[in-house]
Amino acid sequence: MSRLNINKTYKLYIGGKFPRTESGRYYPVYNKKGSLIANMCLASRKDFRNAVVAARKAQGSWAGVSALNKGQILYRIAEMLEGRRDQFIEELILQGSTKKEAETEVDLSIDRLVYYAGWSDKYQQFFSTVNPVSSAHFNFTAMEPTGIVSAVAPEQQGLLGLVSVIAPVIVGGNSIVILASEGKALSAISFSEVLNSSDVPGGVVNILTGKKEELIPHIASHMDVNAMIYCGDDQNKIKSIQELASNNVKRTIIYKKSSWNDSNNESPYFIEKTLEAKTTWHPVKV
Amino acid sequence: MLTDLSKIPTYDTLGVQERVERFQKRSIKKSSKTEGLRKILSMIDLTTLEGKDTRGKVEQLCYKAMHPHDALPELPTVAAICVYPSMVGVAKNALKGSSIHVASVATAFPSGQSSLKVKLDDTRFAVNEGADEVDMVISRGKFLSGDYNFVFDEIAAVKEACGKAHLKVILETGELETLDNVRKASEIAIQSGADFIKTSTGKIQPAATLPVTYVMLDTIKDHYLKTGKMIGMKPAGGISTSKLALNYLVMLNEVLGEKWMNKNYFRFGASSLANDVLMQLVKSETGFYQSANYFSKD
Amino acid sequence: MTKRKNPFAASWTYEPAPESTDHIQIKKKYDLFINGEFIKPQNNKYFETVNPANDEKIAEVALAESEDVNKAVKAARNAFKGWSALEPKERGKYIYRIARLIQERAREFAVIESLDGGKPIRESRDIDIPLAANHFFYYAGWADKLEYAFPNRKAKPLGVAGQIIPWNFPLLMAAWKLAPALATGNTVVLKPAETTPLTALKLAEIIRDSGIPKGVVNIITGAGKTGAEIVNHPDIDKISFTGSTAVGKYIQKAVAGTPKKITLELGGKSANIIFEDAAIDQAVNGVIDAIFFNQGHVCCAGSRLFIQESVADTVIQKLKDRMSTLIVGDPLDKNTDIGAINSKRQLKTIENYIKIGINEGGEIYQTDCKLPKKGNWCAPTLFLNLSQSHKIVQEEIFGPVLAIQTFRTIDEVVEKANNTPYGLAAGVWTQKGAKIFYLTQKLKAGVIWANTFNKFDATSPFGGYKESGFGREGGLHGLKPYVKFE
Repeated sequence: MSRLNINKTYKLYIGGKFPRTESGRYYPVYNKKGSLIANMCLASRKDFRNAVVAARKAQGSWAGVSALNKGQILYRIAEMLEGRRDQFIEELILQGSTKKEAETEVDLSIDRLVYYAGWSDKYQQFFSTVNPVSSAHFNFTAMEPTGIVSAVAPEQQGLLGLVSVIAPVIVGGNSIVILASEGKALSAISFSEVLNSSDVPGGVVNILTGKKEELIPHIASHMDVNAMIYCGDDQNKIKSIQELASNNVKRTIIYKKSSWNDSNNESPYFIEKTLEAKTTWHPVKV
Repeated sequence: MLTDLSKIPTYDTLGVQERVERFQKRSIKKSSKTEGLRKILSMIDLTTLEGKDTRGKVEQLCYKAMHPHDALPELPTVAAICVYPSMVGVAKNALKGSSIHVASVATAFPSGQSSLKVKLDDTRFAVNEGADEVDMVISRGKFLSGDYNFVFDEIAAVKEACGKAHLKVILETGELETLDNVRKASEIAIQSGADFIKTSTGKIQPAATLPVTYVMLDTIKDHYLKTGKMIGMKPAGGISTSKLALNYLVMLNEVLGEKWMNKNYFRFGASSLANDVLMQLVKSETGFYQSANYFSKD
Repeated sequence: MTKRKNPFAASWTYEPAPESTDHIQIKKKYDLFINGEFIKPQNNKYFETVNPANDEKIAEVALAESEDVNKAVKAARNAFKGWSALEPKERGKYIYRIARLIQERAREFAVIESLDGGKPIRESRDIDIPLAANHFFYYAGWADKLEYAFPNRKAKPLGVAGQIIPWNFPLLMAAWKLAPALATGNTVVLKPAETTPLTALKLAEIIRDSGIPKGVVNIITGAGKTGAEIVNHPDIDKISFTGSTAVGKYIQKAVAGTPKKITLELGGKSANIIFEDAAIDQAVNGVIDAIFFNQGHVCCAGSRLFIQESVADTVIQKLKDRMSTLIVGDPLDKNTDIGAINSKRQLKTIENYIKIGINEGGEIYQTDCKLPKKGNWCAPTLFLNLSQSHKIVQEEIFGPVLAIQTFRTIDEVVEKANNTPYGLAAGVWTQKGAKIFYLTQKLKAGVIWANTFNKFDATSPFGGYKESGFGREGGLHGLKPYVKFE
């Protein structure tokens, strides 16, 4: 008699914990052949709200973690992901990728994390300036996190897209609440398990699964979110996101690309998008 | 007793400089200029402090003090003549009948590097000769090495030796380096009995500056707020033009105001300022730019 | 209102020292500057610009309507190809020329700025005009060095930039917007505010004289409706706006879903924090600079003052004394510290807030300065006994009105300072270095002035967090809003 598998229950990732959606709702995810893979949580606006609260709570101290340490934590995520490489490949295949696509996506995801880990203690030197003002002041501009970033992950590339959006945001000291790919949500929740075992403080990354249609208005309108990233090319959604974002002058970042494979999808300029330049003046005279 | 100097206000040098620049940007024209210039003239301590000073020189200066420019009617006289102790008697005699004071530097001026006994004798000599005012120097060496009580006690002793004569305490700010030190020295001087605080001997550069004077005025202001007692101020050294003197007057006007705008509470220690003021006054009167040849040099 | 006698009151008053207006040239009527020439508006409509210090009309200015905006955008579009393809160092030379021409006519600009906008001549002469020239000078040099500004990326201009500027620093804001846009190869349609169009129109003359290709810069005048026409024009690639947060939100909403890029420099309610270990006298002076500079018509004005309780009485007393020395009156008088409120409308807004402050139980103090009979004036004002919940603590007043609160601890004041939807600037006064760096890290604002306030420089990026907008103007960071990466 063959042994019966233990199926995994996919839940949300909020504040470093794995709660079920408060709504009790779910949506089924099927494989190519049409058979059920899993029931994903259908996160509600209240789940999103809770995630923002967790993100706000975590952001201040995350920003205060030293650049060296943040880099090591991102590197640790890569290590953990590497260790579960096979599982992620399998999951991607389950969700419709070919073996080769799946391998590439997982490897690129690991490498991308290492790439941004390395930027942690360097981007500040890249974007900061000492400004030679004409008065007797010392004047410098340094970059700071904008705060809380909400995001809608790319629909394609459930792992690489997710990682490519999250990594530059958190390496900059922000915290993020991200809605996973609707169709390829498995990798996102498995990735949150990786995060949870990688010294990333709870609340810095929060991952929801659910319906874009339902959650985007809340993701775009929340008054305690400082910036929003939307990955996709639905023009109506973009318009409505940007309209809602205007209520608190939210920064909006739109990525229309469908593939995150190329190396031009990683650069410090991605980090800069959720940073604020802060300029400080002080007299120089005794 | 000296209060806790760690509690006194500090200054941001650039901030003081910016404030001072605003005074310098005031545009003083026409009647307000004339009024200001006449005030300045009345606040001058006409000064000669040279080793080569003689009876003749001092007597000439005293005549100039009483008759600044007879061509201009109703001019005020200067406030005082400022000389070395040995010349006090000469000046006192020469100024007889006028209301012009005689001020004498004392206390081993300008370095102050002598014993307390010598300094007190110096002071008593000047007062006995008839000095109405004594301009003493503080011991900057002691101050800079942190011996504030020594400085305090010395001033207090000199004050006692002055008797009825008014005491002006010279901080020699050019040797104090920072505005915070200027504040500290001003506090010590005021607390130990100074009637006036004065920037400089004129023998050290920089002498009076607007930022230093500003800090001293600010100290006087705080002292007034705390005790209700008015202390006078005397910038000295390097103020030779009307324009610069007007800058000082604007500063006085806007920092301490009306009550201080007279010779009882403000003096300019200067030698060549008086003639420049006179030239400007004549210019206002006639509309012609003036030549130094028309103004007596004594 | 509390009355008090200033023990340090001055008696020596300064005779009026007005800056001469003899050498300046203002036309009776100004047309639209489109495609390198001044042309009449399509519908031949004009509006008046008045001197806020005496309500007298200065000139008539063309009202740009839909067809005019269209014409200007077309001119900018036609000029874009040539301008963006021009050798960068040549582009830079035109911008240098503009800088020099402003310097040459600096006095004229200063006088007109004060006439049209009400700001003291000392400020327009010493701050607005020189800084405007400096901005052109600074960005001119960037034109042929952009590959060093964005390593590993090829920066390309966006296209046609629509720029809408406010009435508080008319020429300076025009410079802040034009200089980086031109240096990066964009062409521009710029609209000055309806109450202060004159220096922008004088700038148009200079731009014409500089020989810059026709259509690269177009300057059109009008009110909010004209601005909306620019914002909504389909052939504009970039909107850059400085003004109120309300209008900024409207613009952000209006361009939603379009390819237009935006930069917003909006309102503020900036905190100015005085600690007990500050250089108190300079801090007091800094408060004056923070709230009374340009009649408080400054987006980054230090309009919320937080004083540590142990020094609150001293600071407030010194502040009142210092306020009484401020000279309010004729903007053209070289001794004026506080000029005229920019418009009747703004005066009403300020007066309304003062009323609200009184009704909410705030303790008001105003100096008893004499205000001229004609024109728009507001005495320097401060309010005591306030909390975070008071409306005048929360909302931008954009006038010479200071809201004062006290605090006890560092954490408390950081929390209060950040407890606002805005995040433009902040001031910190303490002589303790570690405290300064701690505070500058904690305060959520784009510009932190430590032991100083309201300082600006062409090399220094300016712009806000949160509802104070996004994007930076000035410095290296000021180039970014005008480029895209290939």
